[in-house]
Amino acid sequence: MPAPVALSLQDPQFIEACYIVAAVCFIYGLRRLSHPSTARSGNVVAAVGMTIAVVATLLDRAVIDFPLILLGIAIGTVIGVPAARAVRMTAIPQMVALFNGVGGGAAALIAWTEFRDSAAGGGELALDTEIAILFSTVVGAVSFWGSIVAFGKLQEVISGRPVMIRGQQVVNGLILAAMLAGCVYLVAAGGDQSIYVAVLVLGSLLGVAMVLPIGGADMPVVISMLNAFTGLAAAAAGFALDNTALIVAGTLVGASGTILTRLMGQAMNRSLANVLFAGFGAAPEGGAVAGADGTDQSVRSTSADDVAIQLAYARRVVVVPGYGMAVAQAQHAVQELARELEKRGVEVSYAIHPVAGRMPGHMNVLLAEADVPYDSLKEMEEINPEFAQTDVSLVIGANDVTNPAARESTESPIYGMPILDVDKSSSVIVLKRSMSPGFAGIENQLYYDEKTSMLFGDAKASIQKVLGEVQAL
Amino acid sequence: MSLLTELTIFVLAVFVGFEVISKVPNTLHTPLMSGTNAIHGIVLVGAILAIAIAAGDTLGQVLAVIAVAFGTINIVGGFLVTDRMLEMFKRKPEPRE
Repeated sequence: MPAPVALSLQDPQFIEACYIVAAVCFIYGLRRLSHPSTARSGNVVAAVGMTIAVVATLLDRAVIDFPLILLGIAIGTVIGVPAARAVRMTAIPQMVALFNGVGGGAAALIAWTEFRDSAAGGGELALDTEIAILFSTVVGAVSFWGSIVAFGKLQEVISGRPVMIRGQQVVNGLILAAMLAGCVYLVAAGGDQSIYVAVLVLGSLLGVAMVLPIGGADMPVVISMLNAFTGLAAAAAGFALDNTALIVAGTLVGASGTILTRLMGQAMNRSLANVLFAGFGAAPEGGAVAGADGTDQSVRSTSADDVAIQLAYARRVVVVPGYGMAVAQAQHAVQELARELEKRGVEVSYAIHPVAGRMPGHMNVLLAEADVPYDSLKEMEEINPEFAQTDVSLVIGANDVTNPAARESTESPIYGMPILDVDKSSSVIVLKRSMSPGFAGIENQLYYDEKTSMLFGDAKASIQKVLGEVQAL
Repeated sequence: MSLLTELTIFVLAVFVGFEVISKVPNTLHTPLMSGTNAIHGIVLVGAILAIAIAAGDTLGQVLAVIAVAFGTINIVGGFLVTDRMLEMFKRKPEPRE
């Protein structure tokens, strides 16, 4: 008879059990994200799971070098905590990109360490471990450098415009081919350090080359994709290290990133393949655009007091915010105006297009920050049938997502993109700095509609003026 | 652990992941992304093990310490930012009659 299992904290089975608990915490935490009222506690549950996983790992017999571990954790904490505390909500996308990037970088570095160890030992690695190491290396490197470039673009350190070089696709293809050749060589011929480093460098180049040509407006797709990549890199690192916690957590993130990438693609009417391989974010060139013949059409310009009267005596008002509103920092003023209107018995809701903002759901966060209650935020499918019963649609800094051409004109480059049907409401007020077209470079027929009036100027200043007029009524 | 066991875990995690995450409303997609970001900070576990693996290899140790730092940034930064965001999502105060 074997002795009853000794309860040792260092028992590999105990550690393994902790990983299962951690995985359950992650899944349960994500589940609680299905509603805003439970979401915050879900995040805490996930954090508890993470603590359990990390502490359990520290119990592992192989882990002895605590000073080095503490050094790393200290460095990470000193950088991570203040950054997370200080970041402004408009800057969340670049912060997420950066955090995502370091995660990918960590996965690549782990793979590198593992590779050095196996090469030094001279031992033959199992094929699956070797493939996992290389996958983690490559995807981690792509994700790290891709995220750094995405950060640069969002932070406007690098030009947000698509940086295209001639034959970009060919260059990317060559880098990819060379990298894959290196991987095949490593699998076939074994641990050559210099080849490995070459693969790492090529992966890094690919990450940069892939994201650099992407325009700022396509960032929601790119960030989601890089998020999926990092998750998969972490899962691969789990395969290399035979670690369940990494496999499960990495895979969850991979799934989340994939879903978001697909949703963003749908919201911009681009297939995933189109996003991945074709003219990555090269927004349709302005030259081919029809509808620019609108020179003889006239727009109706309006004034703040007219807008105030229209809004104050409406029954239902729908606010359609775009990134322009966030840039102008007008969200707080908009919320004040909405509150004032509600006091007068006007029903106010917000129509949120899936790609409003710079990452999935970004607009919701910006409005939540301005104290807009989440039950006034309506998703596209929910609000579209309601526009017909809406007296006034107030479009603030949103453009392409309101362009009826996407619904009607088959020649339009954005044809087929799901839009908010603001043109179905009784009247439309558009707040805009000037008549310049949106990122797709397309004229918006909505502006020439006889129901539409334009209020030109800085969004924040305009809203404040309107608010003043409403209060004076 | 055998490759087959790991693949089983992987495949099941894919299904659970898709199932759970497709229930997250658009409203919460930014916190979802930064939250999952924090979760892939689990690489910290791998990085801690990597320090053990790299014993005796100075460059390897340097790489592993950087990996630990990266993983930590990922975890603490990710969870904190997500918490800050979720704190802001409030329900409309009930109108008092």
